[in-house]
Amino acid sequence: MAYSEKVLDHYENPRNVGVIEDDLSVGTGMVGAPACGDVMKLQIKVNNEGIIEDAKFKTYGCGSAIASSSLVTEWVKGKSLDEAAEIKNTHIAEELALPPVKIHCSVLAEDAIAAAIENYRTKNQ
Amino acid sequence: MSNVKLPIYLDYSATTPIDPRVAAKMAECLTIEGNFGNPASRSHSFGWTAEAAVDQARQQIADLINADPREIVWTSGATESDNLAIKGAAHFYRKKGNHIITLKTEHKAVLDTCRQLEREGFDVTYLEPLENGLVTVDMLKAVTTDQTILISVMHVNNEIGVIQDIEAIGEFARENHIIFHVDAAQSTGKVDIDLGKLKVDLMSFCAHKTYGPKGVGALYVRRKPRVRLEAQMHGGGHERGMRSGTLATHQIVGMGECFRIANEEMATENERIRMLRDRLYNGLKDMEEVYVNGDMEHRIAGNLNISFNFVEGESLIMALRDLAVSSGSACTSASLEPSYVLRALGRNDELAHSSIRFTIGRFTTVEEIDYTVKLVSAAVEKLRDLSPLWDMYKDGVDLNSVEWVAH
Repeated sequence: MAYSEKVLDHYENPRNVGVIEDDLSVGTGMVGAPACGDVMKLQIKVNNEGIIEDAKFKTYGCGSAIASSSLVTEWVKGKSLDEAAEIKNTHIAEELALPPVKIHCSVLAEDAIAAAIENYRTKNQ
Repeated sequence: MSNVKLPIYLDYSATTPIDPRVAAKMAECLTIEGNFGNPASRSHSFGWTAEAAVDQARQQIADLINADPREIVWTSGATESDNLAIKGAAHFYRKKGNHIITLKTEHKAVLDTCRQLEREGFDVTYLEPLENGLVTVDMLKAVTTDQTILISVMHVNNEIGVIQDIEAIGEFARENHIIFHVDAAQSTGKVDIDLGKLKVDLMSFCAHKTYGPKGVGALYVRRKPRVRLEAQMHGGGHERGMRSGTLATHQIVGMGECFRIANEEMATENERIRMLRDRLYNGLKDMEEVYVNGDMEHRIAGNLNISFNFVEGESLIMALRDLAVSSGSACTSASLEPSYVLRALGRNDELAHSSIRFTIGRFTTVEEIDYTVKLVSAAVEKLRDLSPLWDMYKDGVDLNSVEWVAH
């Protein structure tokens, strides 16, 4: 399968790989399943103004899944939670020029953002 | 490293390049200056010379497998041979019974042919092999009925390279008057085949896995005791009526020559290939969570099928762009399904997803293997650094106890 330049770039040089030490300011979302071939873990660190100041990911999956999660860590940084929730899979798929068989990777990345935000909000109720 | 030409071809079970000696023989059978005649032409020397070349090739096939040249039927490849053997025997012997036994790990050419026979009213048992990929006579015995007319078991598995005990299965089949078909597409030049001893009734071959051309194969059809087939291809009555169609002299000559070379060189070649395979395995086996798929003992020299736990196969293939290897079998790797062969061995989805098949062959070098070891080790390390599953494993989390959100 041919990958787009952007997928290759994120795959070769993934942004924001890692783990943020857990505390109340951190939301963690883990989506997907090993049996399906992809698992994404996205973490966001939210400051006092409600802005995402850091994001990290770890992904088990194909190149498109790695690229999708790498991309969203860049996109969510500097955004409020509501703004981050606006990121949709279509934006991700378009930016990375994902082929139809890889659309589920962008859906998973959107789900990961939602899961991380929900986790943060649950912890900070 | 500089003398290694990239990408490195390590997919010899998908296909092999044609040996230059084979290509030279084939080239002699194409143009006006060459041996281009129709082997079925009886009225002039062009036909006679072509027929002589075909006869010689038939003898070369027979020599490799210790058979009579009259037992060889030319086909377009192993898929056609499998179709002719299984459908041909099932149709001919259907009055005797309607039950067929095969394995879940067979090639699609056998599995899909059996599916077709099911649609025609046959009963097919698809046996699950042991965890090491092998099947035993007792397993076959347990599912044999008085209706069983055909057993089809592959000699060497295309994905995991394991060698089935066709000698023992043949004895069992013969005692019970059951036709025994073997798909030997992957075994010529790799495993000795002596049809004087083996009680195999039908055996499928192709040229392109043994450094010959694509598009040509053969079916061995035993004469004593005689096995009958219903033809699947009708026409001019070539190949004693079993397979009509003008014989492709250049292809057939190529297959004959590549089998001749295999016959002469397989002993030394396999030793060299085994050394390379062991070098590859030894270079990779000390990483954590690495699993070999299929029995290591009963296995052809050139195959290493290995799973790197917590690394996803497609991303690994992507990291290994300088290597031509396959994840699952080449026939199914266009889909995202994990390999059905590895699933049939009881491998879980994760391990099946993370498998890579390396197949080594005639033109593989030590330098290529050393380069491969470095590349694969680095790629697995990089992807594990990216893998949340690897972190969880390291933290002692049992991944089976996690409630995953399937999608």
